[in-house]
Amino acid sequence: MSARSTAAAVRAGERSALSVVEEHLAAIDAHEDEIHAFNLVLADESLARAEELDRRIADGGDPGPLAGVPVALKDNLCTRGIDTTCGSRILEGWRPPYDATAVERLAEAGAVVIGKTNCDEFAMGSSTENSAFGPTLNPLDTSRVPGGSSGGSAAAVAAGFAPLALGSDTGGSIRQPAALCGTVGVKPTYGRVSRYGLVAFGSSLDQIGPFAATVEDAALLLEAIGGHDPRDSTSIPEASPDLLGVLGQGVEGLRIGIISELMGGPDRAASVEGIADDVRARVEQAAEALATAGATVEHASVPSTIYGLSAYYLIAPAEASSNLARFDGVRFGLRVDGDTAPEMNTATRTAGFGDEVKRRIMLGTYALSAGYYDAYYGRSQKVRTLIQRDFARAYETFDLLLSPTAPTTAFPVGERTDDPMMMYLADVCTIPSNLAGHPSMSVPFGTGDDGLPVGVQVLAPALDEATMFRAAAVLEGATP
Amino acid sequence: MTSPENPRLSREDVAHVADLARLALTDDELDAFTGQLADVLDHAADLDALDLDDVPPMANPFPLVNVLRADEPGNDDVRAEVLAAAPSVEDGRFRVPPVLGEAP
Repeated sequence: MSARSTAAAVRAGERSALSVVEEHLAAIDAHEDEIHAFNLVLADESLARAEELDRRIADGGDPGPLAGVPVALKDNLCTRGIDTTCGSRILEGWRPPYDATAVERLAEAGAVVIGKTNCDEFAMGSSTENSAFGPTLNPLDTSRVPGGSSGGSAAAVAAGFAPLALGSDTGGSIRQPAALCGTVGVKPTYGRVSRYGLVAFGSSLDQIGPFAATVEDAALLLEAIGGHDPRDSTSIPEASPDLLGVLGQGVEGLRIGIISELMGGPDRAASVEGIADDVRARVEQAAEALATAGATVEHASVPSTIYGLSAYYLIAPAEASSNLARFDGVRFGLRVDGDTAPEMNTATRTAGFGDEVKRRIMLGTYALSAGYYDAYYGRSQKVRTLIQRDFARAYETFDLLLSPTAPTTAFPVGERTDDPMMMYLADVCTIPSNLAGHPSMSVPFGTGDDGLPVGVQVLAPALDEATMFRAAAVLEGATP
Repeated sequence: MTSPENPRLSREDVAHVADLARLALTDDELDAFTGQLADVLDHAADLDALDLDDVPPMANPFPLVNVLRADEPGNDDVRAEVLAAAPSVEDGRFRVPPVLGEAP
């Protein structure tokens, strides 16, 4: 049952929120041991919340558009009084004194927070193998990764533990796991969803967004969490967009471009490498489906996207090295004692951070250090300008762009853990949208040769989530 | 994988940034991280070919403007809650070891 119809039934008094929550807790009980989607399941809290919602409805109240719908939250979203670990030992046992704005808005919409999902430590990773609390496995094939960093949220939706989940996306951390787990995943326009209460990784790139089993449910969730928030200075002033109202409008007359540089293949010299043939074939098939539905589909060129990966893996670590300086054993989380404050800082950070976080902190510190700043960080910021300009040029001709979400289907557990650069390549198609600040989303579209899901990425210019969702709905309806 | 002797990044460079970032590395970790970080810098060498002289840097997707709110008194006293989450407190403050290494 979809989130939208569940909420409708609960609001109409046809179904109790309690029964909805009990059903999902039962699914978690039955299969969580095999998947490890959660760092924390909030069984008692979600049952109490459901009873409260049922009482309000019995008294004639209306809890809102997500009434009684369980939502799983990535464990880097602050929840007041509830453990928020970011998948890290350094925050183990920390209970934030406030809720993230997105979490507040879920509460205002009548949702039930059912648990905190596992993720790569501080959202750094593409497989959810970098969590200090062990990996999450792909519910469709537990020998494969679920993608990352929001792999727990993707797995929770794919496994039926929750109809909706929130993740965060700095370089693809919602869209890539959505693709690998066969769910819908959306990175909204930068500033569309308040980052207040999202533990910061790369502040100019981070964005909270939805996971859902259907395009409609993803629209429902984004409508609920989006919109201006005075507590985030980068929050855009626009109201949350009407998405549910446009889903049925189709793509007749839209101009859609397939990004040549993200399609790979031997005949495309100026393209990123590593795009699997079966993934490329599905994207081409998706393009045909959009053309059949009345869109004009052509090849588009966004040349500088091939430099996105290199620029991103200097910019994001640079921002992370600054953001993660706050984890020093003084104000929250872990402290490992030392004779002096600097010794305590070093002992705490050395024990508290995992290898991937250490790599990125060091890489970022290097890229920002005297003598290397201009060569690495400065040049990367200029490449970011090139990417934004190239997108602007492409959007003079096209309404939307299309690409694979991930270069391959879900890869085997352990395959890339010793080769960070190979892991980073999983984000090659998703990174450009973060650098530009544009919205994009992954829609499941058939399977690869291994029978695992392929995600097609729909990209839109800033603020145009509505047109993006129209194309996503058409793709969903044409899924092979 | 790149050897630790990669000209882009030496073992000493990594030891230096680890120190700046308040991270202690074992010798084995230093070797492994040096190779892995050099791989990333090698990949980023594709940016060297770009002519970026006349391109302005971009720090944020949209122009940032300063945001001010009305200066109204509120009652957001979360001091007790914040201190409760800290590893060590004393007299309503965060407690830390001596910064300069002298006995307290």
